[in-house]
Amino acid sequence: MQLKINDEISSPLWELEWKMKRFIGFIKKEFYHIFRDRRSLFILFGMPIAQILLFGFAITNEINNVNIAILDHSKDASTGEIINKISASKYFTVKQILTRETDIETAFKKGKIKAVLNFEKDFSRNLIAEKRATIQIITDATDPNTANSITNYINAILQNYQQEKNRTIAVEYQIVPQTRMVYNPELKSVFMFVPGVMTIILMLVSAMMTSISITREKELGTMEILLVSPLKPFQVIIGKVVPYIFLSIINASVIVLLSIFIFKMPVQGSLFLLGLESVLFIITSLALGILISTIAETQQAAMMISLMGLMLPVILLSGFIFPVASMPVPLQIISNIIPAKWFIIIIKGIMLKGVGMAYVWKETLILIGMTIFFIGLSIKKYKIRLE
Amino acid sequence: MKEENVIEADQLTKTFGEFTAVNAISFEVKKGEIFGFLGANGAGKTTAMKMLIGISKPSAGKAAVAGFDVYSQPESIKKNIGYMSQRFALYDDLTVKENITFFGGIYGLSRKKIREKREQLISELGLENISNKLVGSLPLGWKQKLAFSVSLLHGPKIVFLDEPTGGVDPITRRHFWEMIYKAADQGTTIFVTTHYMDEAEYCDRVSIMVEGKIEALDTPKKLKEQFKVDSMNDVFLKLARIPSPTLPKGKGENTDCN
Amino acid sequence: MSISLNNISKSYKKLKAVQDISFDVNPGELFGLIGPDGAGKTTIFRILTTLLIPGEGTATVAGFDVVEDYKEIRNSVGYMPGRFSLYQDLTVEENLTFFATIFGTTIEENHDLIEDIYVQIEPFKNRRAGKLSGGMKQKLALCCALIHKPKVLFLDEPTTGVDPVSRKEFWEMLKRLQKKNITILVSTPYMDEAALCDRIALIQNGEILEIDTPEAIVNKFPKTIYNVGADNMYKLIQSLQKYKYLYSVFPFGEFVHYTDKRDSFEVADLRSYLEKEGLVNISIEVAQPNIEDAFMELAR
Repeated sequence: MQLKINDEISSPLWELEWKMKRFIGFIKKEFYHIFRDRRSLFILFGMPIAQILLFGFAITNEINNVNIAILDHSKDASTGEIINKISASKYFTVKQILTRETDIETAFKKGKIKAVLNFEKDFSRNLIAEKRATIQIITDATDPNTANSITNYINAILQNYQQEKNRTIAVEYQIVPQTRMVYNPELKSVFMFVPGVMTIILMLVSAMMTSISITREKELGTMEILLVSPLKPFQVIIGKVVPYIFLSIINASVIVLLSIFIFKMPVQGSLFLLGLESVLFIITSLALGILISTIAETQQAAMMISLMGLMLPVILLSGFIFPVASMPVPLQIISNIIPAKWFIIIIKGIMLKGVGMAYVWKETLILIGMTIFFIGLSIKKYKIRLE
Repeated sequence: MKEENVIEADQLTKTFGEFTAVNAISFEVKKGEIFGFLGANGAGKTTAMKMLIGISKPSAGKAAVAGFDVYSQPESIKKNIGYMSQRFALYDDLTVKENITFFGGIYGLSRKKIREKREQLISELGLENISNKLVGSLPLGWKQKLAFSVSLLHGPKIVFLDEPTGGVDPITRRHFWEMIYKAADQGTTIFVTTHYMDEAEYCDRVSIMVEGKIEALDTPKKLKEQFKVDSMNDVFLKLARIPSPTLPKGKGENTDCN
Repeated sequence: MSISLNNISKSYKKLKAVQDISFDVNPGELFGLIGPDGAGKTTIFRILTTLLIPGEGTATVAGFDVVEDYKEIRNSVGYMPGRFSLYQDLTVEENLTFFATIFGTTIEENHDLIEDIYVQIEPFKNRRAGKLSGGMKQKLALCCALIHKPKVLFLDEPTTGVDPVSRKEFWEMLKRLQKKNITILVSTPYMDEAALCDRIALIQNGEILEIDTPEAIVNKFPKTIYNVGADNMYKLIQSLQKYKYLYSVFPFGEFVHYTDKRDSFEVADLRSYLEKEGLVNISIEVAQPNIEDAFMELAR
């Protein structure tokens, strides 16, 4: 028995028009879902803004024009250069020059000083003769987070100074900061958080929201109707995914714009490349979302898998918070299979170092490879039936 | 309150904002009676029942359940009633024994008492071989019978049943109703809310709610005579044919959102 | 044949959902699959709508094989799953438009088919589906299943959880659709709805008990049924269960349905037995068997 609908399909133009209409109809429906669900709307647009502002202000407020004091036992060329470098940065203001060790406590007690830099005697000479010199960083640990940050910043400046020196002088110097704080070589900039937050948001929006929206149809039973319709599985998937591509692009733009205009973050590299790489990562995340929805039967399961399986590794292993280099070797190896790690490397490169494709092609290829793998796997796993 | 009446409702009313879900209903239910509480989706059955079991405060009117006032003694009411609904009855991921123990514990039965009741109940229902199986793996009919027995564990004066036998096979349904008759014979009052009219036929008396009001209240036999029809279904159709289609108008009335 | 099943079986892991199911539905027929929850009704629907692959056996819908030609079937049938599967956050009209679009049609194009159903929900076309009553959801779901003029309509428990008024209206609608040459396979756990179908299959525990017209099934009932009533239902059942000639006793509303082992017997004997048991207001009358009696007899 031939059906009427099949006879009409004989005209290719009509067929194309029908397909377009169907596709647009599907996408329209998805947008209705998104805009009528306040919770997902909040996740979509509230979270990125809230996160970026939180991270942004939390960090910039803490480390801006922090008052420090100097106790310089050497008063030589090197210490002078370092002090200049520190006071030139916008993070620190040298408020006081101390002369005796006993002054340190008084300085702290007055409460205006957050840190004291104590240079050892014969700093320059030690640096040249012994190849190492010691500086003591004393911080007011009543606010441990600030203390920690201050130490990190001063360390970063010292490191920077050391690198500059080593570039011009054949023999390597080593300035040894005496501090119990763990040195974080990645934390060179306040703007470090932007790539991380952007990665998390794109992952969250793309992977979690798509997997939830697909499993919701399974829960409601509407997936049964969609399956028993002329829609092909990949059309359902594409229809589900397209709105989130748009939304994720908007989100990525909001994050970048906020960073540029509110936090004055300089984007060194090409915005166009940044955009392309972001779209690539969005597609990777969407593919992961689809994969999750083929495994999960309920929205709750999809959410749990997204959070545990995607968010946690992104936060812990991607290098966003804990630098990959300082992880135990097994974790470093595992971190390689996390797409977010590569994306963070790419956008850090583009945003902060201003590198072009020539420097990130390897990471980009890895990401493309992963995306193809995930899409292939989810197509293979996607069921045209209920079992 | 007379000893005879286990439920007494007088002008019981519940409003949600502008909308009157339950409109001044009055009725009594006697000890050991099987009372059917009927109505279409959104007629106010669930709201009325929530007030009677002490989980929703009436807006106006009086009601006493098992001798306790619904306003001031909801906790005493809860101790003296049993409740079973089609939507939720037992935990699917606990075994038969664990479910009985859990619900016995909720109603404060002693450990010894629980053990006694558990053995008795399992042997009465013939569940000896499957007492350690998960409830989720049992056929629906068995689940419902077990759920009903569990709701009787603490010897409540009244059991509220919310559409207890929907979807159950006809034979198991009969066994279920035999259990209900037995409980009623032993003095437990049975309060059944349902919109399945075949369940109504089994009741001693039924009330039919339409748009928040009780429009009819009598024995099924008398109602059929009064409306000159053969079945409770037809009685219902005659009464409930309010301007169709019916719609829920307020919160908490969308009892059929499954 | 519009629908044809040949020795269909399906298991989930160890559990046998349906076993050796065979039946045919003629074009334009209203065929009912009657059985309790867990009987296997939904499994049969999902096999026929190509959502599940049968473990054994073959089946065709509108001439297409459910495994090989699943795409053709998906183009030509209407399906209303057990729960009214609608988008709760879309309005009545948006739901309908959406389903029309994915089937490549419009509401206007098929207006004549859904008209009498749609007029009932049209006043609420801007209301979200989640805010509708059960009866309204049911009507909207039916409209959505009909929007592309399917040749075969699958309705899985369309009347479950819906009040009697809506149920009655729904069956009237099905009767009208049938006249428009649509084959309808409907499932229900309510035995009283069986009488509204052209033919029915009684199903329990994954097996078919009987297939015939409702009248024929009732007429095949082998025993005479007595409506027995007394003042105390519980004692009445207890007494009858002890009666040595008892074949079966089942509560049926205000009476019990009683059948006797003997081919013929004196009603007076039974009455005096019940009186001896201490029952009063005894009534014993011959009653017409119904589908439920037949189902219970077949399921024994």
